[in-house]
Amino acid sequence: MSEIKAHPKNSKSTGLPRKRFYRARAHSNPLSDSHFPVPILPCQVNYSLHYPQFFPSSDQIDSSKKIEFADIGCGFGGLLISLSNLFPETLMIGMELRDKITEYVKERISALRVANSGHYQNISVTRTNSMKYIPNHFEKGQLSKMFFLFPDPHFKEKNHRRRVISTFLLDEYAYALRVGGIIYTITDVEELGEWMKACLESHPMFEALTGEELVEDPVVKLLGSATEEGQKVARNGGETFQAVYRRIMPSL
Amino acid sequence: MSETQMEEGDTHKDIEVAPALIAVHPTQESVAVAVGSDLRVFDLHGGCAVSLVDDSCGPFHNDSIRAIRYGAKGKLFVSAGDDKLVKIWSTESWRCICTVSSEKRVSAVALSNDGLYVCFADKFGVVWVVDLNGLDRNQVSTNKKEAPLLAHYCSIITGLEFSTGGRFIVSADRDFKIRVTVFPKEPLNGGHEIQSFCLGHTEFVTCLAFVSASEYPQGFLVSGSGDSTVRLWNISSGSLLDTFEVEMKLPSKGKLRSLLYRVFLHDGFFLNIIVVSLAVNMLDCSFQGVVVLSCDLSAQTLSIAKVVSMEGECFIPTSLSTGSSAGLLWMVAGVSNLRGFDNPSLTRVRVISGFEKSSLNPPEHQPTVLADEEIPGGDQLLEKLQGSVPVEQKVFLAAAEAVKSAMSNLLVKKQYCSETREFRKRTRNDKKN
Repeated sequence: MSEIKAHPKNSKSTGLPRKRFYRARAHSNPLSDSHFPVPILPCQVNYSLHYPQFFPSSDQIDSSKKIEFADIGCGFGGLLISLSNLFPETLMIGMELRDKITEYVKERISALRVANSGHYQNISVTRTNSMKYIPNHFEKGQLSKMFFLFPDPHFKEKNHRRRVISTFLLDEYAYALRVGGIIYTITDVEELGEWMKACLESHPMFEALTGEELVEDPVVKLLGSATEEGQKVARNGGETFQAVYRRIMPSL
Repeated sequence: MSETQMEEGDTHKDIEVAPALIAVHPTQESVAVAVGSDLRVFDLHGGCAVSLVDDSCGPFHNDSIRAIRYGAKGKLFVSAGDDKLVKIWSTESWRCICTVSSEKRVSAVALSNDGLYVCFADKFGVVWVVDLNGLDRNQVSTNKKEAPLLAHYCSIITGLEFSTGGRFIVSADRDFKIRVTVFPKEPLNGGHEIQSFCLGHTEFVTCLAFVSASEYPQGFLVSGSGDSTVRLWNISSGSLLDTFEVEMKLPSKGKLRSLLYRVFLHDGFFLNIIVVSLAVNMLDCSFQGVVVLSCDLSAQTLSIAKVVSMEGECFIPTSLSTGSSAGLLWMVAGVSNLRGFDNPSLTRVRVISGFEKSSLNPPEHQPTVLADEEIPGGDQLLEKLQGSVPVEQKVFLAAAEAVKSAMSNLLVKKQYCSETREFRKRTRNDKKN
């Protein structure tokens, strides 16, 4: 009877959702009008829904614990799952525009929570357009890390404004990040790698991490290996281009 | 929405209806009305119509003007709109001293309080800044270039305002967002430091205004929105101080429409309270007129102060303006490119008096709508600003209806069913030729 009860889209052996039931287009237009619900204010983000073990009831909203890591365009959620064990007490959220992928990550996290009791309680996912709604999810200076791993390259010049890293959007990311917070970007497309680096380099509120700091940061190692997209690139022997920058106070 | 309706909507894009706009000089030296591509200025001081001088030849503007504004000191005037031209005029000579070409259609303009920078926003959500340093009021400059200042991600910017004191620039969009950005010392390098977001509106924001007093030099922001509310904000923290629900509190006979298409704000001093006036044009309801809100800065609340009714006049203002001292509220109702009538553009100017300091409390000084002959400038002014053709009342109702549908087409998010969405994808026309 347990077979009937089990989620039909989940693997019988591991209990995890299977990707083939969550096929989605590789790209989604970030410019189009969104019709999914968006929290009006960061305080309306339902923490007890995302992190039931940390927030058992919904009236504990005034708790001081807040989301600190945001994985923008989290895809299938590989990074979140790796980070969950590395920072078990830090709340993190994946933000993904594609509805089906978000559903997959949701199922994946709840299956992992069932299979590993007490673990994976600090990660969650939300469907949103992070290019439009970052200030609706996070207060000023709330985040300490933001991840942009293998974003859509949007090669055509006409479509460059759809890129998730741009000088204008960095203003909003700098708003959500606290001083000292770190922004991680990686891509396998050289042109996009140069673009992201150039945007960050010229932005007055970000400075590059030194080589030493990069070696010491345990998260940097995960950039190329933790995500599904990164593993695919590694499998094919592709090159990756990363840019890791710190949010600083702008010099006046 | 059926396919035929949609095609119709698409083909008529090139003749969009635009509401008439009005702007009054800060010390009421002159008043300007824009309808369609036509810019009309009347010199109140001299009592005569002004003829504009533009050496760039051709018509001044060749498509609908969407934003007009005087500088804080009244020496400069800016006009911009769908023809992607931003024209900066000297109000002494009424000569166009600078024309800047924008890449996209312009939806809002603002002048910095010191008169050194002009900012304009385009329909793709980018705010640009033009440095006016070294601009000679008597010479025409052609080499002024705009630099990007900030951007709302692909959302039409509906309002742009410098804060009292000029430390911040505030921009509002059709999504519901109000962004407060520190106006940088070197604006041409971009404004990267965001002070706050004022979040709370649930529909497009239609207008912004600052109210301030000597005890509150920073001032407070007031915003109006399509969600039928007027809200009061503290911009340094982005916190919402008060919400005025128009729908709930207007003494109307019928049920008001839930969408408020335009709210107009202006501020003027009287006693220690500040007046915000708003005109609500909601055609489906029985209310026609102007609502005056008072903003109590010490209690940080908004409340209704006066309702000036103009029932039976078929006058539904499309724009409001006021000088800082004169106590007159100028209104215009009008539209360009109205189809199906002999005269495609029409305007009607009305003035309400009684906004002087301390005049709202004694009952004998109620705000009143002035008769045409009582308006400063009289018939000459009306002839210049309205044109000489008399217009029937029913045309004004049609005009107001046209403005309402044009504004909702522009600002309300469209919901398509999945088949329509596929159809639109197949027939998209934004591919490069």
